[in-house]
Amino acid sequence: MNWLRTVLTELWGLFVDDGRYALAIVVWLLLAWRALPLLGFGSGWNAFVFAAGLLAILVESAIRRARR
Amino acid sequence: MLASFLASLVECVEALTVVLAVGVVRGWRSALAGCAAALLVLLLLVVSLGRALARIPLHEVQLAVGALLLLFGMRWLRKAVLRAAGVLALHDEDAIYRREMQILRGEAVAVQAWDRLAFAASFKISMLEGIEVVFIVLAIGAGHAGLLWPASLGALAALLVVAALGLVVHRPLARVPENTLKFVVGVLLCAFGTFWAGEGMGYAWPGGDWSVPGLVGTFLVVSALCVPCCRRLAWETAR
Repeated sequence: MNWLRTVLTELWGLFVDDGRYALAIVVWLLLAWRALPLLGFGSGWNAFVFAAGLLAILVESAIRRARR
Repeated sequence: MLASFLASLVECVEALTVVLAVGVVRGWRSALAGCAAALLVLLLLVVSLGRALARIPLHEVQLAVGALLLLFGMRWLRKAVLRAAGVLALHDEDAIYRREMQILRGEAVAVQAWDRLAFAASFKISMLEGIEVVFIVLAIGAGHAGLLWPASLGALAALLVVAALGLVVHRPLARVPENTLKFVVGVLLCAFGTFWAGEGMGYAWPGGDWSVPGLVGTFLVVSALCVPCCRRLAWETAR
């Protein structure tokens, strides 16, 4: 079963190396999918806000890591 | 095709480093056999998963693939930003090559025709790096109808280029600007991931497909601006 653990660890590592960063991306995806349309901005604006949120997550995470 | 080619190029260079070390120390027969076996498994994965993905409705695939591309691409891009800023160490193919040679030399030399250690080491690295290539090919290929072939061809072209260079130079490809490539690929994956996840959520991107270059440019500019900020912050923290 050791090889299975190795495979699963590698697969997990493809998407997650900083848990907080990965969680922020997933939470933002869920919010953008389910909550953002409820605000009534319009589809084009929703897309724009979605992209801006991802950029903000990237910048915050890189800065947080650089400060450590 | 470009995103798939560049991403695969990076992974193939990393795999080549270890396969070269295995071949030089333990012999080429088992090293190349391990690599070929891994390529066969990866090819089967692309064919079977590619067919399965084609049966799922496009919007659901776009959302799932976009989400995975974002997790994968944002991880790459963040790491590339931090490496460019000097916060994380750069990938050093020469050092990895030397370390692998040292480990393999420490093991007993095989007496049988098939060197199991060489086969396993070569198979493992080809599978590990290849899984990333398979994911990128499938993720890019699943976003729109008819993209799986160009994405697969991009990955195949990268494999052929690296294999040819490996044959010619017989050394790890240390001069490939790996972090720059990872930076560019991270930007492309983030842009495609954002676009497809947005489409999967039912958003209408302004300008349709033309918003992809806009997303590429925006991710590139923001992450490039992030590099000097992170460098300065790391320097101030270290003081």
